[in-house]
Amino acid sequence: MTDTTNAPAAPSNPPPSRAMNKGAWSRFLTATELDTRLIGMVAALILIWGGFHMYGVLVNGQGFFLTPRNLWNLSVQTASIGIMATGMVLVIITRHIDLSVGSILGFTAILMGMMQVNILPQYLGLGHPLIWVITVIFGILCGVLIGGFQGFLIAYGGIPAFIVTLGGLLVWRGCAFLVARGETISPVDSTFSLLGGGPYGSVGFIGSWIVGAIICAGVIFMIVNGRRQRTKFKFAKRPYWADAFLAILGCAAAIGAVLLVNSYPWPRGIVRQYIAANNLTAEPSELFISHGFAIPVLILMVVAVTMNFVMNRTRFGRYVFAIGGNPEAAALAGIDTKWMTVKIFAIMGGLAGLSAVVASARLNSATNALGTLDELYVIAAAVIGGTSLAGGVGTIFGAILGALVMQSLQSGMVLIGFDAGMQQVVVGSVLVLAVFLDILYRRKSK
Amino acid sequence: MSEKPYIDRTGTPLVEMRNMSISFGGIQAVDDVSIDLYPGEVVGLLGHNGAGKSTLIKILSGAYHADSGEIFVNGEKATIANPRDARTYNIETIYQTLALADNLDAASNLFLGRELTTKMGMVDDAQMEAECRKIMHRLNPNFKKFAEPVSALSGGQRQSVAIARAVYFDAKILIMDEPTAALGPQETQMVAELVQELKRQGLGIFLISHDIADVMELCDRVSVMKNGQLVGTEKVEDVTDDDILGMIILGKKPGQKAA
Repeated sequence: MTDTTNAPAAPSNPPPSRAMNKGAWSRFLTATELDTRLIGMVAALILIWGGFHMYGVLVNGQGFFLTPRNLWNLSVQTASIGIMATGMVLVIITRHIDLSVGSILGFTAILMGMMQVNILPQYLGLGHPLIWVITVIFGILCGVLIGGFQGFLIAYGGIPAFIVTLGGLLVWRGCAFLVARGETISPVDSTFSLLGGGPYGSVGFIGSWIVGAIICAGVIFMIVNGRRQRTKFKFAKRPYWADAFLAILGCAAAIGAVLLVNSYPWPRGIVRQYIAANNLTAEPSELFISHGFAIPVLILMVVAVTMNFVMNRTRFGRYVFAIGGNPEAAALAGIDTKWMTVKIFAIMGGLAGLSAVVASARLNSATNALGTLDELYVIAAAVIGGTSLAGGVGTIFGAILGALVMQSLQSGMVLIGFDAGMQQVVVGSVLVLAVFLDILYRRKSK
Repeated sequence: MSEKPYIDRTGTPLVEMRNMSISFGGIQAVDDVSIDLYPGEVVGLLGHNGAGKSTLIKILSGAYHADSGEIFVNGEKATIANPRDARTYNIETIYQTLALADNLDAASNLFLGRELTTKMGMVDDAQMEAECRKIMHRLNPNFKKFAEPVSALSGGQRQSVAIARAVYFDAKILIMDEPTAALGPQETQMVAELVQELKRQGLGIFLISHDIADVMELCDRVSVMKNGQLVGTEKVEDVTDDDILGMIILGKKPGQKAA
């Protein structure tokens, strides 16, 4: 994963080249239609990653950050927050806020735990292959109902979202405690637990290449299709080199990610288990079994692509932006803004339910403290990712990058041995700084 | 002042609002007002700020619900509960605030609530932009900023997006709330020409305005409101500017002594 966004090589003689160089850069941006904010975020991410790695190299004699193992773990840790952040984008775009997502996560995790450990095995038998399917659907449905109910209070009751979801923060956490009587529910169904990642919860070497190939095909399809649309309506097209550059960049990122996750092998102990289970004769040290993409990361990818599609290609997404830009105008245009609010909060709740699947599967247990403080990380991820609290502006991929930035900071500080207190100071400061930079950026672009 | 063409007012009116009343928290904003509009006619609505013009018209466009009164479109009773209903009766409104979503581009605003979709049901941005280019070329040939959000546009350009939205969808009844308030002389002229063209096409237009000169030039009849009540409706050729001023300020009909 190296930086591939370098500008075209700069000419050598300094004084005139500066202006020319800038011209080339802005020409490059216009031609590729890349979002400068997105480039900025990728740059910030590279800076954070490089910084933590170099700190490790200089202070501890060895950098641990830019290793397949750490980056793979980072991807899994990002999944739960990232999934919810895609929903928070919708909520914040429409000028609302949802403080209850962490508690909804905890509550739905407990409900799913009860379902798969205490209820379903009675009827289906322990380890029945349908248990995880029913549990996941049940969990997401519970999230949708909870979120939809909160949305109903906000839209039709006229109670501010801040208050409704602040109440929800306490109510759902309390419900989680009451339902489980404070106990931890463990272990979860064995198939269910694969959804949380781990060596068995990953798609392996070949699976990852298939995923990579699908992404590459998707990137190329989108570029070719966009070109065809623009030709059809005689709009200005991107130059060929810009389209080619974007295609190569997208495919390179996908292939790089595949190479990365495939270079992280199963730990020795798991390999030994695997050999024993399959009656192989190899030595554990001889077998290199790749993790490949973790299942939660694939879930995040599917959620991201779906939500991005919803936001940019459906009427629903268009209305979300319209309500955020001017709620009154949206209503006058015949959009049922109240029902939209219910739907948006229902989606947010459903995504919190899905995050609960990932988080509880990863822990292999459901506890009523699961997801505590997640709401703040989710909001921070969305905001760092460029979602404006004033409404009307935000992107799904930005929010996921934001989640990755938050998680990188978090785990990077753990790796270099910062205190918990220091971690909080840094994460909090970065949030405020990011929003300040964002405000400066918007002021300048106006 | 231009010569007014003859308007046939013997048939069924395009719109008739009968005995409309609405109050907000004890304040009678519109009190038993009846107005009508015939095809090819421009009816001006005049009155002070707070006289109830915009409120009356928002009942017709579906933004407010009347407490009492009936609306007839082409002689048939119409139920308008929300803006979507109004649109199904081909009633289009250009609001004083323009009602644009500032973060969206011109095409998205033009088709807001009525997006063109592909066979798969997805929004067809390319098709919408192409249609938007067509109508903007007709209304305002200088309009070039199709990719930017409308917050980046000038007042006149924003106005033309709002007008395009009303005109594109084959309005039969057009409501214009202070359409020239934010415009320069050239753009005001553009709106005036557009009104004449739409009249020729047989649309009926309600024009809310403060500017009496505007009204005398563009309208065929004027209805004046004061304190939520209708002072009277007069043909423009029958009255002078002073008569109308008297109606607005004193609430007296022409020929009648001040109350």
